[in-house]
Amino acid sequence: MIRRLVPALAIASLLAACTSKSTEGQANAEPAARRAAAVTIKGSDTMILLAQRMAERFMKDHAGHPVQVTGGGSGTGIAALINGTTDIANASRAMKPAEKAQVQQRRGKPAVEHPIALDGIAVYVHESNPIPSITVAQLKSIYEGEVRNWKELGGADSRIILYGRENNSGTYAYFKEHVLADEDFAADTQTLPGTAAVVNAVAKDGGAIGYGGIAFGKGIRAVPVKKDNASEAVAPTLETVTDGTYPISRQLFMYTAGDPTGDVEAFLDFALSDAGQELAVAAGYYPLPKKAGAPANVAQ
Amino acid sequence: MSRSRTPIVQAEEEAPMPATRESGLELVAAPRPATTLPRYARRRAVDAFARWIIAAIAFTAIAAVALIFLFVAKEALPVFTSPEVHEEVTVERMVLPQAWKEGAAPSFSWQPVSKVPKYSLAPLVAGTFKVTLIALLFAVPLAVMAALFSAEFAPPRVRETLKPAIELLAGVPSVVLGFFALMVLATFFQDTFGLTFRLNALVAGVGLGLTIIPVVYTVSEDALIAVPRSYREAALALGASRARTAWSVVLPAATPGVFAAIVLGFGRAMGETMIVLMASGNAAILSADPMVSVRTIPATIAAEMGEVVVGGAHWSVLFFLGSLLFLVTLVFNGLGGWYVGRLRKKVGGTA
Repeated sequence: MIRRLVPALAIASLLAACTSKSTEGQANAEPAARRAAAVTIKGSDTMILLAQRMAERFMKDHAGHPVQVTGGGSGTGIAALINGTTDIANASRAMKPAEKAQVQQRRGKPAVEHPIALDGIAVYVHESNPIPSITVAQLKSIYEGEVRNWKELGGADSRIILYGRENNSGTYAYFKEHVLADEDFAADTQTLPGTAAVVNAVAKDGGAIGYGGIAFGKGIRAVPVKKDNASEAVAPTLETVTDGTYPISRQLFMYTAGDPTGDVEAFLDFALSDAGQELAVAAGYYPLPKKAGAPANVAQ
Repeated sequence: MSRSRTPIVQAEEEAPMPATRESGLELVAAPRPATTLPRYARRRAVDAFARWIIAAIAFTAIAAVALIFLFVAKEALPVFTSPEVHEEVTVERMVLPQAWKEGAAPSFSWQPVSKVPKYSLAPLVAGTFKVTLIALLFAVPLAVMAALFSAEFAPPRVRETLKPAIELLAGVPSVVLGFFALMVLATFFQDTFGLTFRLNALVAGVGLGLTIIPVVYTVSEDALIAVPRSYREAALALGASRARTAWSVVLPAATPGVFAAIVLGFGRAMGETMIVLMASGNAAILSADPMVSVRTIPATIAAEMGEVVVGGAHWSVLFFLGSLLFLVTLVFNGLGGWYVGRLRKKVGGTA
């Protein structure tokens, strides 16, 4: 038995060596082939649905030009762009200067920003919460932990339970920058992975407040937001986000290293075309203002 | 390889043959001593070879653990050495309470994405231990009692279904348990106890307890079954009831095994990520209250790793947290193992 086993083992190990070598060869060949054949898109979970729908339509129109879409978060996508493992990085926040510098350094090309669509950040409360509207300043004091009871805002006498996103999310970064003026969230802000988790938590908690993309805002109540005490309360809708009257809205970006070429360029052109913008609306986002290329930064 | 050797072996086999033939035991006995010697040598070589390979495989597993730790520790090293990282964070600032704003009282705060990044470890370490403790307090009594029942009282038929059924719980993916804790347990606890925070350490701890019940149960049950029959017979012969025998004789005799089970469960609870990420609320609050939200080390690593700048201060701190978790589990497992050994000696001495 053993006498037969030894050569068998030898052959097996030889075979293993051969196969591992051949898979290595394949692994080396694969990225090059993939880069030539498929456009890879990676990043923001907020944008994944949008990017997927755009990719599907694009592939229908351009047979033989595959587009691969993966999520992971804005930061993940940007890291992939820096490392050269993706063609397009989806980001629901603008790239940080440090990240742009890294793209320049590692890829030898500047990061190029392509605004794709607009997204409003809605503020949710439980359906039963009677509060009619909320100002940006009130939101700031709520999320900094200064205002702790709904009574202080004219609501019921119950504690405000804060829900937010994890600090790896573009939504977190945006909200912190534009609503909290870069101050810290209160320590008792409960952070959840994904807007859907926030919506679910708010829907189950009478005293809760949460924030997230309007695209996900189903089953709870989105509170109209006032820019300041004097201005009118604006509900997050297609019109208010597109014309910039809704105070908490942001741009969604696709980033490339250097100016796009080939399939990547074709895909981005498609995304900004009327058909692409319609898909953005269908996915629950808002089209860019018609002045293509120079959209107003509605946030500021 | 073996083919080239074969002729030499045959030559050796044939050489002593004439001598044995002369002894007169021609047909049966004669070839035997001739062939066994070289065959034995070859078998010994194969044996040594196999032993070597098996040892290599065993050490690969150990080497994997060591290399993983080395990698994690290497990424954490800048926390101690890099001046760039020290601009943002130092060990002192991670460990001691800091006055984060001028004039503010010193406090612990975990706010890594901020104008002034705050990396206090205290809320995370305390949170991890708090959730683990709740999980153990919930799971250990349940699991040990269940083990006692199935080892001492359950009819064989019941035991045969009970044991695999509980062990099946170990196969439930932790995401599913996390989902259960998030959707069902959280609502149940809030409605029952009127809690302010729906997601809190208690919910996460109980959810975590569900994952360690099967571990603690299986190992304890094996330990209880292994208690010699003579102990039970002696106790029963002295007039003790079955319950008394189980509680005062069998359970104490199985203490080392039960303790080992608890140590295993502790390690599992400490490192579990998904359930706490989903059900704990992840707010880094330093508090002994089990009813407030809590942020644990594994959940922090899982939630924040995706965003950080590779090689930056935040990155290094997350790896530092990983090494810390690794070391804590290692130390507690080591201490547990040492204590189990001591208990075993103590209990074994009376056997």
